[in-house]
Amino acid sequence: MKAWKYIGLRLITWALVIWIGVTFVFIIPRLFPSNPVENMISRITAMSGTMDAIQVEALRRQLRVQFGLDGSLWEQYTTYIKNGLFGFNFGPSLMNYPTPVGEIIGRYLPYTLFLSVTSVIIAWTIGNFIGLLAGFRKNKRSSKILEGIAITIYPIPYFILALVLQIVFGFLLGWFPMTANILTTAKDRGVFFASLLRNSVLPALSLLLVGTGWWIISMKSLSSSIAEEDFVQYARYRGLSERRIGASYVLRNSIISQVTALALSLGGVFNGSLITEIVFNYPGVGKLIQQAILSSDYNMILGTITISIIAIATATLVADLIYPFIDPRIRYS
Amino acid sequence: MKVFWSNAGFRLKVGIFALVFFLVLGYIVPLFPHVDPIIYNTYPKNLKPNAVNWLGTTALGQDIFWLLVESLRNSILIGLIVATIGTTVGIFIGLLSGFLGGFWDRALMVLTDTFVVIPSLPILILMTSLMKGQAGILLLALTLGLFAWAWPARQVRSMALTLKERDFIQTAWFSGEGAIQTIFTEILPFVWTWALSNFMNAVLVAIASESSLAVLGLSPANLPTLGNMIQWARERNAILLKQWNWIGPPVILTILLFIGLFLLITGYNDYQTRKRGR
Repeated sequence: MKAWKYIGLRLITWALVIWIGVTFVFIIPRLFPSNPVENMISRITAMSGTMDAIQVEALRRQLRVQFGLDGSLWEQYTTYIKNGLFGFNFGPSLMNYPTPVGEIIGRYLPYTLFLSVTSVIIAWTIGNFIGLLAGFRKNKRSSKILEGIAITIYPIPYFILALVLQIVFGFLLGWFPMTANILTTAKDRGVFFASLLRNSVLPALSLLLVGTGWWIISMKSLSSSIAEEDFVQYARYRGLSERRIGASYVLRNSIISQVTALALSLGGVFNGSLITEIVFNYPGVGKLIQQAILSSDYNMILGTITISIIAIATATLVADLIYPFIDPRIRYS
Repeated sequence: MKVFWSNAGFRLKVGIFALVFFLVLGYIVPLFPHVDPIIYNTYPKNLKPNAVNWLGTTALGQDIFWLLVESLRNSILIGLIVATIGTTVGIFIGLLSGFLGGFWDRALMVLTDTFVVIPSLPILILMTSLMKGQAGILLLALTLGLFAWAWPARQVRSMALTLKERDFIQTAWFSGEGAIQTIFTEILPFVWTWALSNFMNAVLVAIASESSLAVLGLSPANLPTLGNMIQWARERNAILLKQWNWIGPPVILTILLFIGLFLLITGYNDYQTRKRGR
């Protein structure tokens, strides 16, 4: 019964996060004086030379509908919630008119997911493993060196790290492409995957290094405090091997809070992924947002941001729901 | 002071040294007379480092050293404003939530959790893209501050919940101290040490967010910041043209700033733990 209460509460939080986030996205553009319809009209009239007043008026009405700016504020809101949130329909993209925004995002989203999910999983696994070793045997020289490396890499912002990797491994050494050029249209599956992997190495590495650094630091402090607990000392007196103590006493007690931390870190990883994609010109949602901003594609900006919020909230929900399955001292609080 | 220094660990010492270095470079050095580094063509273009232009000049004829100093100053300023907003609002909401309890606690925590989970960068992108680079330093800092209070609020709330049950708080309540007075005289001293390390962390997060927005060309257009300076160099192909004296200094300075302040935070936390242990 309690399990259902836990799941129910998490689902409510999930829905609330999406609702508040999406409402934010709806309100913000309407608070600013910049009017996308008038911006678009001035761009179109500038391109086509002259237009008479009737044409402009017709265009204005048409654009208002396409931008979801038609009707009262409440009508606009309900239309946006109904079409955007439940139908993933954000109207046509302006830079690729008239392809719907949702369809274009569908083409870019898998790349972002591939990049961030793989690097999160690898970083979490490696980082926690190293952190466990460093915390459990904290007086060893190797532990101190590993922690030192983690402390030096972790604080560097994604943007700077990506840039340094791009300059060193892309430009100076030339091991990997400086900017991604994935053969998306390649007929041969193998050719496509080869280019995908080759072009993903540097972007993934910059996400990976920051992530691993953080998991080493947090796991080290968790496991070193658990290693000093009485029950670990007792296990030593019983003559259990260090390996056994590390794996079943220290690891199992510290990994649980690392799963919660994983859920909370997803938003940050997504932010990092957006920036990394832009630095490496990687064809993901970050790149799409950048293009949309450059070409003032209003529908596209709203669409990508709404979908980002839904994606992050859902990923966090999934990580939260996994949590009780790995914690044997289940409490659902 | 002497006692403090002998108790400070290696990290804290390095961190304090870094902090002093960056504050001097960002706030004392600009007091010396210098050219406005934003104006184009004050010097010949693409100069290598020399006696007048210590780090050379950009492709736009700006002095790189002074551009770097101004950028550092503005980046730190943005960080300080955002951290002040985030920490103050966070402590206020956290204490309120922890002490009021009941409905208000739940309502505030739902709001806080939402802001913890929501991906901040997309929303910042949305807001700044509507400002079209017209925003000033204050507006940018306020926008970044919108996402800086939630995590502190959560931490302070859990601190408040444990403090509430302690004896000396109960004593204060029963001796007739008002809620506001109790918070100021009994609770804040406890929150203080935590707030300081959170404040420094918030400075770093804000500087990083600003540099992320700069990559998208969304940071205030003519404001020299570390992020903008790097982005301007990238836009003019400083990497491909191997103008390391242009793109190198802001990148290296940013890395040193982040590592230095991070060492300061962890060193300070270690110091506090050890002090409590004694």
